[in-house]
Amino acid sequence: MSYWSSWHDFLAMGGYAGFVWGSYAVTALALAAEVFWVSGRRRAALAHAAIARELREREAS
Amino acid sequence: MIGTLAWVLRRDLRLALRRPAELAFALFFFLIVASLFPIGIGPQPELLRAIAPGVLWVAALLASLLALPRLFSADHADGTLEQMAIAPHPLTLIVVAKLAAHWLTTGLPLTLLAPLIALQFGLPAEAIGVLVLSLALGTPVLGAIGAVGAALTLGLRGGGVLTAILVLPLYIPALIFGAGAVEATVAGTGASGHLSLLAALLVFTLTFAPWAAAASVRIALE
Amino acid sequence: MAIPWFKYASPASFYGLAGRMVPWFTALAIASALVGLWIGLVAAPTDFQQGDSYRIIYIHVPAAWMGMFVYLVMAGWAAAGLVFNTRLSGMMVQALAPTGALFTFIALWTGALWGRPTWGAYWVWDARLTSTLILLFLYLGYLALRASIDDARRADRAGAVLVLVGAINVPIIYFSVRWWNTLHQGASVNLQGSSMATVMLTGMLVMAFAAWMYTLAVSLARVRAIIIERERHAAWVAALPREGSPAGG
Repeated sequence: MSYWSSWHDFLAMGGYAGFVWGSYAVTALALAAEVFWVSGRRRAALAHAAIARELREREAS
Repeated sequence: MIGTLAWVLRRDLRLALRRPAELAFALFFFLIVASLFPIGIGPQPELLRAIAPGVLWVAALLASLLALPRLFSADHADGTLEQMAIAPHPLTLIVVAKLAAHWLTTGLPLTLLAPLIALQFGLPAEAIGVLVLSLALGTPVLGAIGAVGAALTLGLRGGGVLTAILVLPLYIPALIFGAGAVEATVAGTGASGHLSLLAALLVFTLTFAPWAAAASVRIALE
Repeated sequence: MAIPWFKYASPASFYGLAGRMVPWFTALAIASALVGLWIGLVAAPTDFQQGDSYRIIYIHVPAAWMGMFVYLVMAGWAAAGLVFNTRLSGMMVQALAPTGALFTFIALWTGALWGRPTWGAYWVWDARLTSTLILLFLYLGYLALRASIDDARRADRAGAVLVLVGAINVPIIYFSVRWWNTLHQGASVNLQGSSMATVMLTGMLVMAFAAWMYTLAVSLARVRAIIIERERHAAWVAALPREGSPAGG
């Protein structure tokens, strides 16, 4: 049910490869960057919380 | 209630008139920015007449943006604003009075100066009349929306630029209707549609913005 | 069945609930994006007017919808935060804003790349593009305001007022920009075209669903990070297992 006859056809996008793949690539990059950034943010927050807790425990003992 | 309104209005006017040089800054700015365009673009009369409505409106908009910090920041710095917030009178009413004083010392002078600057651009007399009318309707909108931005950024670092970033996108409808009215007059298609939309925007803004500005002042004071 | 809404309005219990939901939304987002990409890039035929450049709309239109929709959701949370004074609302507004701004940026970027072959210019002052640009400015304003307020509670409340004022202005901005555009006879080309093949519409709707699921997954993941950042000193945060934290060795 594919509309394309070959891989080459698919990548060429009827002569609009730069526009089509430029859109898809930037979108993929932007979303990947956001996912990476968000997962790093929670890890950093948890690490900060752990440090804060250790400092409190050390002070208490 | 009217007493509070009049008292705050008189007080703000007296404080503003105590430093007349500061009031003139926004007007100088308006004059200088508007004069930069013919110098930058070149003095072709048709071109200047074509860009005049947009340039004059944008320059007036930036000048009124520059004047926004005067609304609250001095009262914030010396604690008066806090007194006003805990006073028995509704804060929204006080904000309305401050806005009125602000318009009389900023929006009104800008509106009155505009015809002089319009002459630099060779606008026809009829268009100058519409320019004055559109600024008279539009500058209170700019002040009222700006009051929300000024209140939200009270006491923050980078306050001036931040206020501009918050407020400028919200100024776009006023700019479209105001500059459009003058442009329509130059083009001979009639400005009444633009002016009535600008008047509607004014009524709408004056209904909601003082209330939002008062809420923002309270948030900034917490 | 009564759902204990207010129980989940507390950040501590919402943290757990969000953590359970994120994997599901992630899986749904990936699955529907794969299906949507298959329909849009492989199964759908080319457009006889625009050629294959039309395939950009499978991301452009969902991104533009999400950009607008996320701002409305933010306004809803902002109103709830000001009325009920719940802490979670401000955190949700904060968590949604970057994703909304990102989708608005993607809508503009793909709109430019679609416009070049279609209109012959990367940027046209079309009513829709112009209002999308202004929407991006509104997002940037919110992010800038948040970034300059150190006190999180003040940032929540000030941000909520700004988002609400912006949301009230969005219809006025949209109307004024359309009015401005028609008067200047600017280009106003209908992106969808008059008749759209069913398979194209299906692909676009599946991609819109994927964008929706992505937004849910990423904003819930972000709100979890925000909750930890803000409740660093709470007892329940200290009791969390130190999964994957560098200090947890």
